[in-house]
Amino acid sequence: MDQSVEFQRDIATRQRSSWRACTLRHGWIWHMMGYAAIVLSVIVIGLPIYWMLIASFKTSREIYTVPPTWIPLNPTLDNYPAAWQAAPFARYYINSIIVTLVTTISKMTLAVLTAYALVFLRFPGKNIVFLIVLAALMVPAQITIVPNFLTMGDLGLVNTYWGLILPGAATAFGTFLMRQYFMTLPREVFEAAEIDGAGHMLRLWTIAIPLAMPALVTTGLFAVVNEWNEFLWPLIITSTEDMRTLPIGVARLLDQEGLARWGVVMAGTMFVVMPVVLLFVWSQRYIVEGIASGAVKG
Amino acid sequence: MREWYERLLFILLITPNMLLLAAFTFWPMIYNAYLSVISWNFLSPIRRFVGLRNYETVLTSDIFRIVLINTAVFTIVSVAVTMVLGLGLALLLNQPLRLRNGARAVLFTPTVLSGAAIAIIWIYMFDPRFGPLAQIINWFSSLAHLLPARFSESGLVEWLASVRSPQWLSDPNWAMSALIIVYVWKNLGYAVVIYLAGLQTIDRTLYEAARIDGAGAWAQFWHVTLPGLSPIMFFLLVTSILACFQAFDIIRVMTDGGPVNATNMLVYHLYERGFIQSQAGPAGVVAMVMFVLMLILTILQLRFIERRVHYS
Repeated sequence: MDQSVEFQRDIATRQRSSWRACTLRHGWIWHMMGYAAIVLSVIVIGLPIYWMLIASFKTSREIYTVPPTWIPLNPTLDNYPAAWQAAPFARYYINSIIVTLVTTISKMTLAVLTAYALVFLRFPGKNIVFLIVLAALMVPAQITIVPNFLTMGDLGLVNTYWGLILPGAATAFGTFLMRQYFMTLPREVFEAAEIDGAGHMLRLWTIAIPLAMPALVTTGLFAVVNEWNEFLWPLIITSTEDMRTLPIGVARLLDQEGLARWGVVMAGTMFVVMPVVLLFVWSQRYIVEGIASGAVKG
Repeated sequence: MREWYERLLFILLITPNMLLLAAFTFWPMIYNAYLSVISWNFLSPIRRFVGLRNYETVLTSDIFRIVLINTAVFTIVSVAVTMVLGLGLALLLNQPLRLRNGARAVLFTPTVLSGAAIAIIWIYMFDPRFGPLAQIINWFSSLAHLLPARFSESGLVEWLASVRSPQWLSDPNWAMSALIIVYVWKNLGYAVVIYLAGLQTIDRTLYEAARIDGAGAWAQFWHVTLPGLSPIMFFLLVTSILACFQAFDIIRVMTDGGPVNATNMLVYHLYERGFIQSQAGPAGVVAMVMFVLMLILTILQLRFIERRVHYS
């Protein structure tokens, strides 16, 4: 433990000193350009989000004035209850939460169990199982939609929660991620526990999962964000209002209200976006670091 | 005894995951291959075997040619713009700046937003009368009269003063540009995050060595930064291309593949064949073509990783 703290501190000092070198080398012009880049990119990336936010507080008369206003003149909250009533958003929320939670829990559980078996259990030819997982990684979900829809039809699960959840319940990506992480864990800890008489399930629960928490959190966060935003499959598999998830629901709100009531549509869009934005603000570090470290390790 | 217990446990642990993957990932691939050689409208009890006729129909059709060209244009332009802009931004942000991490978070935010929501926001952004982009264009256009008089002879002033917002989403010549702008906006933060992580992995002593050898900023960028970043740029390139091939939600909500197929791309075309026109055979063919294209890309990626390991 001590060593790793020291190591991190060492990296931090080195980074700081190299940064100082970097500033000296490029000089203040490069530094100023850096700040200009921050300001410009935040404005450009933030503008659409800002526009959604202020439009959701504008009266419809203000929305249809030319030129448009950049700050609401008479901010109002009326658009939110109006959007909530224009489409069954309560139902959309319930459906989205159910589908997201069940899928995420299923993905995390199955990934951990499969990865544990692949790394810590002896089985003749278990590498073939890993190769099958890798092969599954290469099949994009988009090209499975027609056959999966037909399968759901045969099973009588079209327009049901099972139909929404099942195709996304397993995970090749999560399994791969967890396997790679388990491979880095020190074997000695597991051997010591085995000598103490701990069985595999106890070792999985008390050693592997706590040690692999960072990878597990990343897997879970990716799953939550992806499921919450999933569009193609719910669009196909649901056919009545009471089974729609939020992204499908808000797209239908646009079709209904369209260009006639932008304020209401933007309030509805806020309903979809807010939970993920809050989650992102809270867990920003895990998500961004997870993406970055995944890329660096290749 | 213990050995058999371990084997049994292994099977127990992997079975749920493997069964679901078999049913909803591998079986569909076989099913697609089957669909691609039959003629069927999903409802009729009659499924006729037609051999490779579906492949002939789809691959020689005008619409499929348009779809492929659209996908290629969309992928090449949006990936190129994202990667170049992202690299520039990452280089500028890779120094001790206040609010740097905050800026990185703001840049990354569009990546986690729902595609449907993004599409709706941008339909409003692009609105040629009430949208903010139209107003920005008008504002630039109104600056025309501030230009020195000598420009008016060339017609520049008149031209600038007459510029108005294009009908982004209803004009077939502009819809693709609009879509590319949205995807660059969505993916830029992802590219910056990946580049910044890559820049951290470059050995600092290489820069010192280069400086001792008298290399200027440009030479350092060309001979240290770029080679150091090349593995991560390749990773970014392949993942971005794959993501472009899979684009659907924003297209479905923003343009529905239109106007007149101007933004009809692979996944949208698959959806159209399968769920709007109810043609099982052609839908199967499109799925097979997509799978082969993506497989080639993935294998390319694996081979490059292999080579990189050999070099280092």
